[in-house]
Amino acid sequence: MVENGILRIIARFLIPLIMLFGLYIQFHGEYSPGGGFQAGVVVAAGWILFVLIYGLEAGLKVIPERAMLVLAALGALLYAITGLFGVILGGRYLDFYPLLPGKHAAQQFGIITVEFGVGVTVATVVMLIFTYFARRKDEWIAAEQDEDAQP
Amino acid sequence: MVAVAMVFLRVRDLFAAAMLFAIYSLLSAALFAVLDAGDVALTEAAVGAGISTLLILAVLTLTRRHEHVVQGHNWVALLVVLVTGAALIYATLDLPEFGLASNPVHGYPGSYYTTQSYPDMGVPNMVAAVLASYRSIDTMGEVFVIFAAGLGVYTLLGRRPQRIKRRPSNDNEGGHDG
Repeated sequence: MVENGILRIIARFLIPLIMLFGLYIQFHGEYSPGGGFQAGVVVAAGWILFVLIYGLEAGLKVIPERAMLVLAALGALLYAITGLFGVILGGRYLDFYPLLPGKHAAQQFGIITVEFGVGVTVATVVMLIFTYFARRKDEWIAAEQDEDAQP
Repeated sequence: MVAVAMVFLRVRDLFAAAMLFAIYSLLSAALFAVLDAGDVALTEAAVGAGISTLLILAVLTLTRRHEHVVQGHNWVALLVVLVTGAALIYATLDLPEFGLASNPVHGYPGSYYTTQSYPDMGVPNMVAAVLASYRSIDTMGEVFVIFAAGLGVYTLLGRRPQRIKRRPSNDNEGGHDG
């Protein structure tokens, strides 16, 4: 779809805005509606729009498949490890109060950290699922050609 | 929304069905926004209307565009639907009146969250406070569910297909509709 000028111009205009909105609802989620789940989905949607316009090859150059798998695991681990820090510093699991001296600062730090983990995991998992479905057709065609080539 | 749902039932073109699904999600997002549930509206718009539709379209590239036409009527299914619907309507008679102050939802945990979440956390968005701090372990479970979903798709589709059994219509095989 690269040769369609209208799509390219509009996507070039929209993708930064979508990414910016994703970051906004990620880090502003404690003041206004939003949070990690929504932000992750919005960022992934921006990337999928990029893939639809420029193709999967270009999209995987932005973020390789291996990086997506690693980041998906790291996001979930960030959540779990933030919970463990509460235990190490003398509280219960996922208790944010011991993390920082101030009561409100500790809660805000904890919430922002775990929401960031949520956002990273959701974004990368959505990208991964889309990648696998989008790649499937080409793989079938390639596999069939291989089979035809064999005697 | 009722009109969209009725058209959705009649349509046999799967691409049109995917678009109607997105419209339905967008309408429910608007409904949530009218009810002042900003977080839910944002989620419905992003996940329901955005990502689900995209994933359905990605799956549609792998399958055929039109549904099979089913001949005749399935009377057992109609009976099950009618009985379930009647039971649900009967159950709504026991629901408390809409918006009554003594409803269970306005009881202990809800009133605690609305009055105490700002003094406890210093976070103005109550939904974020409840999700990420009071109910933190539940949210962690959700994150691991999403991670597990990603791993499931990876195990199903992550490897290149080695051998494909050739069939007359090879774009409609089973095993990849998950």
